[in-house]
Amino acid sequence: MSFLVLEGLTKRFGDQAAVDSLDLVVEQGEFVSLLGPSGCGKTTTLQMIAGFVEPTSGSILLDGRDLLAIKPSQRGLGIVFQSYALFPHMTAAENVAFGLEMQGVPRAERSQRVSETLALVGLAALADRYPRRMSGGQQQRVALARALVIRPRILLLDEPLSNLDAKLREEMQIELRQIQRTVGTTTILVTHDQAEAMALSDRIVVMNKGRVEQIGRPHEAYEKPASAFVAGFLGKTNVLPAAVEQRNGAAVASIGDGSWPLPAEASGRVTVSVRPEKIAFIDQADCSLAGTVRTRIFQGNHWLYQIDTACGLVTVIRQNAGEMMPAEGAAVRLTWRPQDMTVSPAGQDGRI
Amino acid sequence: MTAVAVSRGWTPWLLAGPALLLFVGIVLVPLAMTVLLSFHDWGQYKGIEPVLILKNWREIIDDSYFHEMFARTLRISVLVTLIAALLGAPEAYILNRMKNPWKGIFLLVILGPLLISVVARTLGWALLFGGETGVVNKALLELGVIEAPLPFMFTETGIVVALSHVLMPFMVLSVWAALQRLDPQVENAATALGASHFTVLRRIVLPQVMPGVLSGGIIVFALAASAFATPAIIGGRRLKVAATLAYDEFLNTLNWPLGAAVAVLLLVALIVIIVGCNRLVERRYAQVFQ
Ligand SMILES: Nc1ncnc2c1ncn2[C@@H]1O[C@H](COP(=O)(O)OP(=O)(O)OP(=O)(O)O)[C@@H](O)[C@H]1O
Ligand SMILES: [Mg+2]
Repeated sequence: MSFLVLEGLTKRFGDQAAVDSLDLVVEQGEFVSLLGPSGCGKTTTLQMIAGFVEPTSGSILLDGRDLLAIKPSQRGLGIVFQSYALFPHMTAAENVAFGLEMQGVPRAERSQRVSETLALVGLAALADRYPRRMSGGQQQRVALARALVIRPRILLLDEPLSNLDAKLREEMQIELRQIQRTVGTTTILVTHDQAEAMALSDRIVVMNKGRVEQIGRPHEAYEKPASAFVAGFLGKTNVLPAAVEQRNGAAVASIGDGSWPLPAEASGRVTVSVRPEKIAFIDQADCSLAGTVRTRIFQGNHWLYQIDTACGLVTVIRQNAGEMMPAEGAAVRLTWRPQDMTVSPAGQDGRI
Repeated sequence: MTAVAVSRGWTPWLLAGPALLLFVGIVLVPLAMTVLLSFHDWGQYKGIEPVLILKNWREIIDDSYFHEMFARTLRISVLVTLIAALLGAPEAYILNRMKNPWKGIFLLVILGPLLISVVARTLGWALLFGGETGVVNKALLELGVIEAPLPFMFTETGIVVALSHVLMPFMVLSVWAALQRLDPQVENAATALGASHFTVLRRIVLPQVMPGVLSGGIIVFALAASAFATPAIIGGRRLKVAATLAYDEFLNTLNWPLGAAVAVLLLVALIVIIVGCNRLVERRYAQVFQ
C-alpha cells in the first residue's frame, strides 16, 4: 500500500506557482529524491509536507490519513534543514534528546536511545560538545541523529550535504544511504546535485519550474529521459537540431548530413539529445554525422572530445581501451544508435 | 630598514594619539581631579581647603541619610532593569514577528522617543499624573473612580515608572539585535520535534536571546543608576538619588568635596556591579556563543 501520497499539490506565491499540481506516491521504506535547479520548488514541497508552508490546493495523505489536518508539531516527521538548525545552546546529546523529551520518553530510555543514535552517526565521542565547536560534517550528523532518534515516520532532508566539501559529501552520502538502509525510514531528499540524487535514491523526481518532469528510477531517468530538460539536467548531453520527414512510411530524422530512423512519433523540426558516451567514431555509415576534432583531452580512463560539426559543437566521451584515437584536426564521422536519442519539440534545448 | 621598523613601531601610537589626548584631557584628568577633590576639606565660611582627609568619606559611611539614598538608587535601578527586561524582551519578540509595514511602524513608535529629550518625556508623565491638575488624575477624580489623586510625583514608584519608560528602547534594541541573529528554522526544527509554541519560546528562543537581555540589562541599569533628569523632575528635592544629590552638593550647598565623594562612590559601585555581571554573562554563555 502506498505510504505517502501527494495529490495535485500546489503552492502559489502571488500569481507565481512555486509548486504546480505535483503528484507523487512514495512507498514505505523508499528513498526518493526531489531534484531540480534552484527555485524549482523543492524546498516549498518539503515544507508543505513538514507543515511550515500551507498548500494553496491539493492533498497530502500519510498512511491513509490527511496530513494537512495535523499540526506540524504532531506530524512526527524527522527534518534535517539545509542550515541544520541545531539548538546552539544545547550540547549534541541535548539536541538529540530534545525530541524524546517532547514525546515524554522516560529519562533512562532517553539517554540510552540518544547514545545509540549518536553512535549510529559516528558521534559517540562528541556527545557533550556544543554545535559551535563542531565541523560542518559533525553538525550535519547531529542534525541527522536528532531527526532519526524520534523514529520518524518520514525523514525529510533539505539539501543536507550542500555545505560540505566534495570529499566529506561523498563520505556522508555513503553513510546516509547505509543509515537509511539500516533503519529503513522512508526518506525524501531535496537536492540540486544530480550525482547525489542518482547515487542515493530508489527513485528520482525531476522538477522544473514547479512542475514534475519525470519520476523514475535513477538508471531509467538517465537512459530514458522524458524530456530534453531531464536529459540535460541528469548528466551531460548533446542537443542537436533535426528535421523529421516521412520516408517509405517511417519517420526519419536528418541531423546535419546524416539521417536516423526515429523510434518515437514526431514531425517537423525537433531537437534531439544524445549523451556523449553513447557516440562512437565510425569510418562510413548511413547514420553518421561528419565533423573535425577541435580538442581532445585525455582524462585517464576516458578521452573527452569536442567535435566541430554542421550542428555545432558535439561532446564525445570514449573509453580509453588502449586503441589509437583520432587526433586534433582529424576528420571524423560520429554515430549513435537510434534508441540513444531523446526527441523533443524544437525550442526546448534542455539547457538550464 | 631600521628607520622603517622604528616608524612602524610608532605608527599605532601616532594614529591613536589625537583620540588618546582627547580622552586623557577630558575624561581621565577631570576624573582624577574629582577623586582628589573628594578628599579635600570644606567649611561653610572657609570654602574648599586642599588637604587630604577622609572627612567626606566618613560622613557618607556614618550618616544613615546617605545609606538610604544609595539604597534607593540601587532599588530604583534594579526595579527599572527588571521592568525593562520583563516588558522589553516580549516587546522585541512581538515586534520581530510582525509583518512588514507594521514592523517598521512599530519600531519607529518604540525608538521614536529616543529622538525626544528625556526632560520632555518626563514632563509628559508629570503632566499626566502631577497632583490634582494632572490630566489622568483630574479625569479619574471627576469620574469618581478615585477619591484622592494617585500619588505619582515625589514617589519612588513615579521615578521607577518614568525611568522604565525612558530607558525601554535600549532594552528593546538590545533584544532585537539578539533576535536578528536567530535562525528562524531553529524554531521550526523544535516545532517539528513536537514542541508547543510556549515550549519553543521557553526552551529555544529565550536561552538564545538571554545574552541580549543581559547586555540590555547592563545598559539600562547603568543609565538608571546615573540618571539625573527624570529623578530630578519626578523626585524633586524630597526624594534624592545619587546623581541628584551630587548635583545638589555641587550647585546648591556648594560642598564640592562631598558631592565629589558621592559621585566617585556611584561610579565605583557601577563599575563593580557592571564588570561583575559582565563576567558572569561571559562565563555562563562563553561555551555557546563563541
Ligand atoms: N515566502 C515566499 N514568498 C514568495 N515567493 C517564494 C517564497 N518562498 C519561495 N518562493 C518562490 O518559490 C519558488 C520556489 O522556491 P523554493 O525555495 O521551493 O526553491 P528550491 O527548489 O528549494 O530552490 P533552491 O535549490 O535554491 O533551494 C522560487 O521561485 C521562490 O522565489
Ligand atoms: Mg531550497
